[in-house]
Amino acid sequence: MIEWLLLLLLAIGVGFNLLASVGILRFPDVYTRIHASTKCTTFGTIFIVLSAIVYSIYNWRLSHETAWITMGIHSALVVIFLVLTNPVGAHALGRAARKSGIRPYGAVIDELEGRL
Amino acid sequence: MSFATSFLWSLIVYLVLTAGSGSVLLWSPEELVAGIIIAAIIGYVTRNIMDERLDYFFNPKRWVLFIVYALGPFFYAMAKANLDVAYRVITGKIRPGIVKISPDLTRDESRTLLANSITLTPGTFTLEIDEEGNFYVHWINVPPGKEKPTPEELCGYLPKWARRIAE
Repeated sequence: MIEWLLLLLLAIGVGFNLLASVGILRFPDVYTRIHASTKCTTFGTIFIVLSAIVYSIYNWRLSHETAWITMGIHSALVVIFLVLTNPVGAHALGRAARKSGIRPYGAVIDELEGRL
Repeated sequence: MSFATSFLWSLIVYLVLTAGSGSVLLWSPEELVAGIIIAAIIGYVTRNIMDERLDYFFNPKRWVLFIVYALGPFFYAMAKANLDVAYRVITGKIRPGIVKISPDLTRDESRTLLANSITLTPGTFTLEIDEEGNFYVHWINVPPGKEKPTPEELCGYLPKWARRIAE
């Protein structure tokens, strides 16, 4: 029973990470690729870590060892820091690309023209 | 007061990281003593960097609102964003552009929250914030006629939540 739940969560997470890889291959320029990689890797990794948390809670209910609590809390911290820092990294990459003069592919409007 | 803010933050993070090490509630006595000493050192060193923000950072109303926002509207918007990216990967329909919005936010904390939320939700990603607080956002699918959008047209209910939590 628990194996199927873990398998479902892992499958959702790995599926979204695969989507991020396909997006990096298919999109035309830096900015659209950053869209695909940031959103999909964050969302997919949340589900992968959720399966680790579910597994540690299940084992703690069986054996009542505190090591499982530690594992669950540390996994939850991984998700919190990932959600806080992943957008900041994407923002830094995009701003650096725009500062070095890469124009967005097929842009209908570019408000940053001549500003950076 | 500035000492207290960073001291409490450091102590909370240390206790969360070492939970499950012993028998006093969840911690061993050695870990508790070490945590208090380390947090006191950090609080003393950073006492001039953190100005008096104890009432701002440890306001329970803000924390409850933040948790509700993270589990409810924000998670829903993230799921929608991923389905949106999947649709664009499969069909290849994009009409990109860099647009400018002016949410009237005054504090650094609320601007950070809104910029991170914009990056993780459908089709938008923050590139730059200037001194007046204007956001320059790369939008993957600009609808025709919406080249100068209002904040609500670009990202829905996010600016309202950022104002409610962090202003």
